[in-house]
Amino acid sequence: MSVPVWNPAIEFMEREALERVQFANLRQTVAWALKTPFYRRRLAEVGLTHPEDLSSLRELRNLPYTTKDDLRAAYPDGLLAVEVEQAVRLHTSSGTTGMPTVIYHTRRDLDCWTELMARCIVAAGATARDVFQNMTNYGMFTGGLGLHYGAERVGMLVIPASSGNTSRQIQLMRNFQTTVVHATPSYLLHLHTALVGEGVTVDQLKLRKAFIGAEPHSEETRRKIETLFGIQAYNSYGLSEMNGPGVAFECVHQTGLHLWEDAFILEIIDPQTLQPLPEGQTGEIVMTTLQRQATPLLRYRTRDLSHLVSGHCPCGRSHRRLARLKGRSDDMLIVNGVNVFPSQIEDVLMKTPEVGTNYLIQLEKRGSLDRLVIKTEIYAKLFTGDPRTLDDLRERISEALRSVILVKPTVELHEPGSLPVSEGKAKRVVDLRPAF
Amino acid sequence: MAEQLSVFVDNRPGRLNAITGILRDSQINIRAMTIADHRDYGVAKLLVNDPHLAQRVLMEQGFAAALKPVLAIVITDQPGGLHELLEILAARQINVLDAYGFVVAPGQRAVWCMEVDDPVEATRLLSTHGLHLLADGELYTKYY
Ligand SMILES: [Zn+2]
Repeated sequence: MSVPVWNPAIEFMEREALERVQFANLRQTVAWALKTPFYRRRLAEVGLTHPEDLSSLRELRNLPYTTKDDLRAAYPDGLLAVEVEQAVRLHTSSGTTGMPTVIYHTRRDLDCWTELMARCIVAAGATARDVFQNMTNYGMFTGGLGLHYGAERVGMLVIPASSGNTSRQIQLMRNFQTTVVHATPSYLLHLHTALVGEGVTVDQLKLRKAFIGAEPHSEETRRKIETLFGIQAYNSYGLSEMNGPGVAFECVHQTGLHLWEDAFILEIIDPQTLQPLPEGQTGEIVMTTLQRQATPLLRYRTRDLSHLVSGHCPCGRSHRRLARLKGRSDDMLIVNGVNVFPSQIEDVLMKTPEVGTNYLIQLEKRGSLDRLVIKTEIYAKLFTGDPRTLDDLRERISEALRSVILVKPTVELHEPGSLPVSEGKAKRVVDLRPAF
Repeated sequence: MAEQLSVFVDNRPGRLNAITGILRDSQINIRAMTIADHRDYGVAKLLVNDPHLAQRVLMEQGFAAALKPVLAIVITDQPGGLHELLEILAARQINVLDAYGFVVAPGQRAVWCMEVDDPVEATRLLSTHGLHLLADGELYTKYY
């Protein structure tokens, strides 16, 4: 069986050739960036005034980072690198702070984005024969339009259903025999409940694939969606600053998300020291756009955490893979000098059936040392009454955590229902260390 | 065999009386209770007149509670009463894991409750030595 692929020349390109493409595109991007007041000033500070000043790909590391705050400060046009008449679209994002950011696109920028989307869609095994129902928001939200354009380019029959109105979604799926959907994982879970409520079984649908993204989710959630609908679900990664969707996507092998390296340069850094991390270590994703003329971004700190998956994907693509996101760098804790991410702790706890879903991470100071305390609730139905089993459980969780976060925590077991509930944005980290 | 109720409880003030309060509200009588401290938590072990009802009402209130068979043996409340029993077990290499006792009739009878590593063999052995192992119902009769 051959691997479905949209652009074999690029997708299977040898690493060396790919890096030559990256370098050429990086110089082009620096040339575009130098047209903005923001980067002219920022790059002059490190002595870069011409794209030719950059003599290798490695020198990217000498350039300053760009942050979300920079984007906010540059709003509305401090990062616009073309004349307004050359730009054909903009997407703004208000974020949770209410301070907006904006990304502009030229016609060519949109074409490049659409091309990346087409690669993603085909890599996940969808074809022109598929009927594609796009269940995410259109408008400022980049997920709707991004997938829409990509699906049209692939030649799928596109139903721009947008989000919400679940009864109508189900009706559309039945009338037009939808085979592929794009939605958030939580919406798909809701959709399944609605299907059951309307007495529709998944056998009455023609659905075979789902593209899920736009919100963090676990491997368990993906598998649950796959089982409920009897389909394959593919994880996607994107952010509005990097166009939106189409940055990285899973191929049919579901072994991590191929990041299109001719369009983005990926770096993984330690969010504390800001130094690049060795391949495979978890850190903050930093990205440089390589194909966007209207709003070029150099070394943009995404605040998203992940690591590179090692080895080669069976599909043969040379573009490296990102692991499922592990949360946000803002959530990172430093315990005795070691970086610890709450999501790593959560992963271990979720894989332990004897404890419930609620937990609390507590940091204390004991002398000059930090002490990490993980409070969990026992799961009542698996309680045997034997305290030795519980002591073993405590030790087992502590050891499992140590092997992942490299710090051995004190694990506490508590009564069911005694910790803050996991719904919503429950505060799960309590730092009791005195501030200096 | 008698059934012992084990309840998981946080090691902080007000938790034990939450358990006893729930049992009182269901008119459940406690014959014996012991608690083992395990740093952040404890496990309370109870002998009650209706262990199944007690487990249900505690679980309904969110507690983790489990039932487990336990050996409850009538011994004499006299010097050497307990020693006699333990000698029998030791002679057969049966290990006592957890135990507690309470007096039923001072100077006459006490009940010794214990978990052992081989309950089947222990039951057989103690019965052949003429010791009386109590069943659930018997724990609350006044005739033993
Ligand atoms: Zn692949």
